[in-house]
Amino acid sequence: MIEVDNIHKSFGNAHILKGISTTFNKGQTNLIIGQSGSGKTVFLKCLLGLHEPEQGTISYDGKAYGKLTGDERRNLRQEMGMVFQGSALFDSMTVEGNVRFPLEMFTKQSKSEMQDRVDFVLKRVNLVDAHHKFPSEISGGMQKRVAIARAIVMNPKYLFCDEPNSGLDPKTAIVIDNLIQEITEEYDITTIINTHDMNSVMEIGKKIIFLKDGLKAWEGTNKDIFKTENEAVTNFVYSSDLFKKVRQMYLEERN
Amino acid sequence: MNYVASIGSYAIMIKEVFKKPTKWRIMRSLILKEIDELIFGSLGILIFISFFIGGVVAIQTALNITSELIPKNLVGFATRQSIILEFAPTFCSIIMAGKVGSYITSSIGTMRVTEQIDALEVMGVNALNYLVFPKIVALLMYPFIIAVSMFVGILGGWMAATFGGHSTSADFAEGLTLDFMPFHVTYAFIKTLVFAFVLATIPSFHGFYMKGGALDVGKASTTSFVWTSIVIVILNGILTQLLLG
Ligand SMILES: Nc1ncnc2c1ncn2[C@@H]1O[C@H](COP(=O)(O)OP(=O)(O)O)[C@@H](O)[C@H]1O
Ligand SMILES: [Mg+2]
Repeated sequence: MIEVDNIHKSFGNAHILKGISTTFNKGQTNLIIGQSGSGKTVFLKCLLGLHEPEQGTISYDGKAYGKLTGDERRNLRQEMGMVFQGSALFDSMTVEGNVRFPLEMFTKQSKSEMQDRVDFVLKRVNLVDAHHKFPSEISGGMQKRVAIARAIVMNPKYLFCDEPNSGLDPKTAIVIDNLIQEITEEYDITTIINTHDMNSVMEIGKKIIFLKDGLKAWEGTNKDIFKTENEAVTNFVYSSDLFKKVRQMYLEERN
Repeated sequence: MNYVASIGSYAIMIKEVFKKPTKWRIMRSLILKEIDELIFGSLGILIFISFFIGGVVAIQTALNITSELIPKNLVGFATRQSIILEFAPTFCSIIMAGKVGSYITSSIGTMRVTEQIDALEVMGVNALNYLVFPKIVALLMYPFIIAVSMFVGILGGWMAATFGGHSTSADFAEGLTLDFMPFHVTYAFIKTLVFAFVLATIPSFHGFYMKGGALDVGKASTTSFVWTSIVIVILNGILTQLLLG
């Protein structure tokens, strides 16, 4: 569980996050939605400790980040996995090398233990015959799977995904969403996903927070999002005619 | 750009590079890879250029000796002095700022814009140590290729002078040993080591702290080349005054 209390983040004069508070629960997919440029990535990087907020606290299962020592922060880092927007695989390493990297860096496992773990997670993300390929030689969807495998190889307690299905075709996007959700439930991870993909919102939005102008403008589940009267949310979520119709049908069906 | 702030961030970067080292087993393979890329990968171009510059220095010197009063051994002497004192350590370093420097800036810059550096940091890796330290260590071998460059430059001078009919082998050889001061070689290698550090760190700085996208990687490489060259030229002036002045 991650608790966020009133965090502020600025770059120079640009006040990006203006006091956000919320709670992200364990074993479920938590979504952060909002327009491009609304600060989703900045928020995620604050949660990851890549950006230091000027104000506010973030607690990881009760441990406030600001109160941790350098060593404790480092240990916490190793309990986090991150799937970057562009996958951020190391181009100089093979698929296997990328997944093995955290193990080599931070564990004392033997070669064969590492290999077993790498084979296991690559199989878990349904990637079986790309072990020795380089990132530039595989498709975007496969790169995402490798990024997920690398993020979970150390058994993280917290998983962060920045627009995990941007740049993927709709079908692959759903497969990746479902994979993240399965893994989250299977390993009881606190997962936080940035997205502006409405399919993801409907499919895996167990908890959704909507960012607008640096503030949390709304929060709820994918069920609530059909019913909400919050104009900012409905304007954003139902910006396409298709989704407007879906919402109407849903509401009519309920009445 | 704010120069003072940049110098400050550069100093902080250098401090970070030496903190929280990467596991030796991994670092060792990174160092070997960089030696291959930065040192052996530059050997060919430096040999090629040194050979011809050495030759041209010899020919130019010979062509400018018009008076019978000037001894014939001047060709060898002038070739040796210009190659050892300036061409090999300084001029080669400017070439390296183009070759190795732009490689370093673009490879680190690409890792920055594709969030690979963020990925390292999220895992808790000291990205500066991981990326920059092996380059600094690899470039400790830079004096080795400069020694090769000196040798080949002088060889080029000798071949141009003798086969071009500008000097005899004996005169050239006499010039090579004339008034030889071992400290000149020491001076050249001190400069080389300082430039090696500059070549490893300034391009890394420009790559590591860059912002933007693919286009900006190209711009950062150009800026990095300009600054690396400027710093080398300025340090060359300072070191020459300090060591020989
Ligand atoms: N490192 C940074 N320095 C300065 N401004 C930044 C930085 N990172 C993000 N921003 C700014 O913060 C705003 C929010 O960006 P971001 O979080 O990437 O949006 P999103 O992920 O929601 O599309 C943007 O206006 C962006 O320009
Ligand atoms: Mg973003």
